[in-house]
Amino acid sequence: MNARLLPLAGFLLVLALLGFGIWWSGTHDLREVPSPLIGKPAPTFSLPLLDDPSKSLGSKELAGKPYLLNVFASWCVACRDEHPILMREGKRLGIRLVGFNYKDPADDARRWLAQYGDPYDDIVADLPGDVAIDFGVTGAPETFLVDADGIVRYKYISPITPQVIATELLPRIAKLQQGAK
Amino acid sequence: MRRVLLALAFALVAASVGAAVDPLPFKDRAEEVRFQNLTKQLRCLVCQNESLNDSSAPLAADLRRDVFEQMRAGKSDAEIKQWLTARYSDFVLYDPPLRGGTFLLWFGPLLVLGAGAVVVALNVRRRARNAATAQPATRPASTDVEEDW
Repeated sequence: MNARLLPLAGFLLVLALLGFGIWWSGTHDLREVPSPLIGKPAPTFSLPLLDDPSKSLGSKELAGKPYLLNVFASWCVACRDEHPILMREGKRLGIRLVGFNYKDPADDARRWLAQYGDPYDDIVADLPGDVAIDFGVTGAPETFLVDADGIVRYKYISPITPQVIATELLPRIAKLQQGAK
Repeated sequence: MRRVLLALAFALVAASVGAAVDPLPFKDRAEEVRFQNLTKQLRCLVCQNESLNDSSAPLAADLRRDVFEQMRAGKSDAEIKQWLTARYSDFVLYDPPLRGGTFLLWFGPLLVLGAGAVVVALNVRRRARNAATAQPATRPASTDVEEDW
């Protein structure tokens, strides 16, 4: 190879790296914190119900059937985008939908649900946010798919869209239901 | 008048500095220094360009409290980091651990430096050879420089 072309080749290499970087950051969310919980047992927890704090719900009661844990809060703006989709498609998922009310005063949460509707089968309240830390929650909304054995199978950060339901959630849920039979 | 304004400005600055830091009941200076050093190595998961030590995000405050409680419980820095990475992955560490997936991150610059060294060495050698063969050259060697590049 002509030695004169060497700097050009070096420049093209750097250019290719730059192009790769642009492509990569366009197709990946660089801020997304990967969950180390996937494939591992969900943390054991027991939290008071939002509607009746004297009763509690936790991993013990939820074991045996898969469930979808959806982190939401009345202070969370993005949850308001997600909410109508859960209202519309929640029942279609064919899985127990557990709301995880995150660092939210109960009155605010109830008012929010009264205003926008309640898509959940159960709602647990984590006012101090300790269980959320065990789940590696960084904000709301986040959604966890947990199987019948209590293993976290999937985590989705940011509002669920109809596309996410169709391409990510429904196939995984169908697989879990099949395995249970 | 000026003095009053100055005092007011100081008061404002003091108030805003105080707001970002939640006071923790450190028992002595050594404990505080250890806590500050540890939380400076940890990333806030909400505002990811801030350390856990700097961030005023509610989650950062919760995690600072957890780190503090674990320090009090006698856990080592390594154990606390492990507790955090089990929940938030290596993302929470500003200093990523050395393993298969991070090999290029740690040694990539060294590889690039090595490649550069090889190119330079080859060039120097070739020039030395050219200079040796072109010993009885009539023109000064400096004009060769442009041709090489």
